[in-house]
Amino acid sequence: MPLASAAFALANQEGCMLDQPNQPSLLDIRGVCRSFPKGSGEELLVLEKVDLTLRSGEIVGLLGRSGSGKSTLLRIIAGLVAPSSGDAKCRGEAIKGPPNGVAMVFQSFALFPWLTVLQNVELGLEALGIDSAERRKRALAAIDLIGLDGFESAYPKELSGGMRQRVGFARALVVHPDLLLMDEPFSALDVLTAETLRTDLIDLWIEGRLPIKSVLMVTHNIEEAVLMCDRILVFSSNPGRVAAEIKVDLPHPRNRLDPMFRQLVDSIYARMTQRPEPKTPALEGIPGSGVGMILNHVSSNVLSGLIETLAGPPYNGHADLPVLAGHLQLEADEIFHLGEALQLLRFAQLSEGDLMLSDAGKRFAHLETDARKRLFAEHLVNYVPVMGLIRRVLDERPSHSAPAARFRNELEDYMSEDYADETLKTIVSWGRYAELFAYDEQSELFSLENPH
Amino acid sequence: MNLQDIRTPALGQVLRPNVWDVVALVLIIGTMVALVYGGEQTTLPLSTLDVNPVSLDPANLPLYALRTTMRMLLAIACSIVFTFIYAALAAKSRRAEIVLIPLLDILQSVPILGFLTFTVVFFLNLFPGKVLGAELACVFAIFTSQAWNMTFSMYQSMRNVPKDLEEASQSFHLTGWQRFWRLDVPFAMPGLIWNTMMSMSGGWFFVVASEAITVGNTTVTLPGIGSYVALAIQEKNLTAIGYAILAMLLVIIAYDQLLFRPVVAWADKFRFEQTASASAPTSWMLDLFRRTRALRALTYPFTALNRAVSNLHIGFPRLAAASKGGSERQSRVIDAVWLATILAGTGYAAWKSYQYLSATLDLSDVVTTIGYGFITLARVAVLIALATLIWVPIGVWIGLRPKLAERIQPLAQFLAAFPANLAFPVFVVIIVRFGLSPNIWLSPLMILGTQWYILFNVIAGASAFPTDLREAAGSFHLKGWRWWVKVVLPGIFPYYITGAITASGGSWNASIVAEVASWGDTHLTATGLGAYIAKATEAGDFPRVVLGIAIMCVLVTLFNRLLWRPLYAFGERRLRLG
Repeated sequence: MPLASAAFALANQEGCMLDQPNQPSLLDIRGVCRSFPKGSGEELLVLEKVDLTLRSGEIVGLLGRSGSGKSTLLRIIAGLVAPSSGDAKCRGEAIKGPPNGVAMVFQSFALFPWLTVLQNVELGLEALGIDSAERRKRALAAIDLIGLDGFESAYPKELSGGMRQRVGFARALVVHPDLLLMDEPFSALDVLTAETLRTDLIDLWIEGRLPIKSVLMVTHNIEEAVLMCDRILVFSSNPGRVAAEIKVDLPHPRNRLDPMFRQLVDSIYARMTQRPEPKTPALEGIPGSGVGMILNHVSSNVLSGLIETLAGPPYNGHADLPVLAGHLQLEADEIFHLGEALQLLRFAQLSEGDLMLSDAGKRFAHLETDARKRLFAEHLVNYVPVMGLIRRVLDERPSHSAPAARFRNELEDYMSEDYADETLKTIVSWGRYAELFAYDEQSELFSLENPH
Repeated sequence: MNLQDIRTPALGQVLRPNVWDVVALVLIIGTMVALVYGGEQTTLPLSTLDVNPVSLDPANLPLYALRTTMRMLLAIACSIVFTFIYAALAAKSRRAEIVLIPLLDILQSVPILGFLTFTVVFFLNLFPGKVLGAELACVFAIFTSQAWNMTFSMYQSMRNVPKDLEEASQSFHLTGWQRFWRLDVPFAMPGLIWNTMMSMSGGWFFVVASEAITVGNTTVTLPGIGSYVALAIQEKNLTAIGYAILAMLLVIIAYDQLLFRPVVAWADKFRFEQTASASAPTSWMLDLFRRTRALRALTYPFTALNRAVSNLHIGFPRLAAASKGGSERQSRVIDAVWLATILAGTGYAAWKSYQYLSATLDLSDVVTTIGYGFITLARVAVLIALATLIWVPIGVWIGLRPKLAERIQPLAQFLAAFPANLAFPVFVVIIVRFGLSPNIWLSPLMILGTQWYILFNVIAGASAFPTDLREAAGSFHLKGWRWWVKVVLPGIFPYYITGAITASGGSWNASIVAEVASWGDTHLTATGLGAYIAKATEAGDFPRVVLGIAIMCVLVTLFNRLLWRPLYAFGERRLRLG
């Protein structure tokens, strides 16, 4: 234990000495773009002109919805993905392959199941070619620091999720990186475990016992970002861009119930439900338009349940998103998906961090199953262009059937294959619920036949 | 014993050997002696084989069994080395992959015994007048029966390494070499070990078939269980065959207990799962090694060596990964050149083969051979159908009774490992005695050894059948054929298909041995492609061997592609439970 503190204190002192006003920044990202090939072969832009500078001594959070490119940015910085254009520099050097002095903590822990805790932690040091005595010393120090004492010889599968992520942290810290990258490190953990780990980490950071200069973390959890970060970059989606930069000046340890804290969380919720200035003329704040709209799969049961919840007390048709998310135990990202699906179908309206039922939504809440299905079908055909298209095609064709590939190709003109899959899945599930059409999974065929 | 384990040994006591040390030491020294003895034997001149011919004295059997086993182990070692190189190449290089993977797929369906014809000649010429040449030919034949599925499994594992682990090893600056030993190999380990065990089982069949072989006017008889049986058949000695079967039983039990059980128990840690499983495999042999202090110390140098080797900083040159733009065009040009080379090579090979075959054969030969092929195909189809009818109900019955399944399952696996060709003479005696038609009654021999794959896979499927589904079926009063068709058969379907694919592949291979059988001077022949290849081999008629093998390859590949693969895909997609 004394050993550990000594080693890390040294590393940190070094950091402090270098922390002069005019030093080169730790990380310098200028105009970075990244695109991936779409299903149709064209490029899909996921990250557009991102700028980011990181200095010593700060924790910066990248906050955004899934698909906002924040994980891609983190992987560009980690040297795992190359930018399509723009400059990415780490410690003054262009990033080509994983840069030195950067370590990463993974959402899924990414521990090697066949190595013990100690071997996992030593892995990064082995790659650096550090001799075994020094390796052992540093690994034990890191294990000690992160609270894994006594677990050295355990295999990852014997540990709980929280303990596994501690190994992930120890493995990253042991190489004494200048910059620690964290990719949603707490999102695979249960609420209590995640909170313990967050506070432990922040405590170590404040006490200056972490052998690192700066932290960059990706998250979609708004409260987590406010709890931990000094600076939050809010990303907007499609394509991912930095929509806002928010400084968090609250002193550590932060209290979630503090009115200032709540206010900040509310304002970020509001900002994230705010639509970006429309680039293509979108209808009433609905992202994308026409057939190329990406549909996130949300079960019709969940939508019905949400409408009923909103319609009933205490919300009576109007809910504050953070409150609703807390009540339903949903992550911000999930509640956004639900809200957007309702908004798309004109059953509700999202604005300024609030979710309000529309008249149709209120009507839906009080209907019987069959009437609900009819209303749902009507809204689908009217407000989801791809649904209207499929229905038209099926009506027009003499066989009243059409292969899924026909629509998939059309979708892939606008989106990547993964999103086309997701959208198609949503189409099938909503279409089945609304009894708009039948779908045969084996022949991948849409048809008007219903097995009556 | 356990107490002793838990107590931390006092200083100076650490290296004092315990009882287990003695046991383990004896085992190790025994292995060393066996290795040296076997090594000495192979360097002798070929004529010693004639001076000391194989004899039916059962006292010689242990030595024969030892030599047969050593051939097996050598072949498995070669297979592992081959697997590491071939799979790594195929998984890491896109260009190599284009060629290597289809090649592997075809090699899997080539009748292994057909290879013998060429390899015996090749290896005997390589080491003229030495036993080594014949030994190598035999080892190579076994190798060809073992390597392909191991390589395939390794390749598939390497392609499916979890993305986060890949990113982690990249992000922590592991070199390609380190990554291979730290990530790729451990991740592939469980699949590789399972396939090695399957290969080992399959290998016994071929080691027995390839120890005594005649190609044209070359006859090689290597001392081993296989040649012992061949001699027993020649001399019509049923007792000797009984001894051989007994010896084989003991050998299989021994290697299972001494080699595979410990390896499986040890490799349990490589299974990629995030939660500890309920029952981990155990092995008394592994426990023995873990308990023996001095012996464990013996393994330290190996551990250190392993660490040192896997930690070597060997960087692989990064191909065209660095810059973009210009290199992309360059890479496309290389692709084009590469493809052109492959096409040219294929064209040349096709032309050469055509020339070679057309010199002695004409179209009518091809037609008759295809005809033979369809006869054997019919046999395989009928036999698989019969085996299905018999073993599926029995397998389900056993599998649904856990206590019974626990006892029967190892037996079925053991029977699958047992080289069925040792038992062929028994059948031949019966056929001769009762004057049965060889065309019909030789056929069951093809599936004698492979039917067990169907049985043990069905048992596994039925054991894994979820209790809640069974209870649901019971509470809805599903009975009779409805219960079979709607409940159980779909549930075990993916397992059954796995077993049936293995069984049918094995039967094709066995046809070369099974369609021709003899007992003393009586030679029984069934009409079919297997007999055709066997006869051409004996006559040293290479063009006909090539033709026969080619036709069998095509038939097996088509059979797999048109029937088994679609069924397998269907089972995986629609009927896989959980």
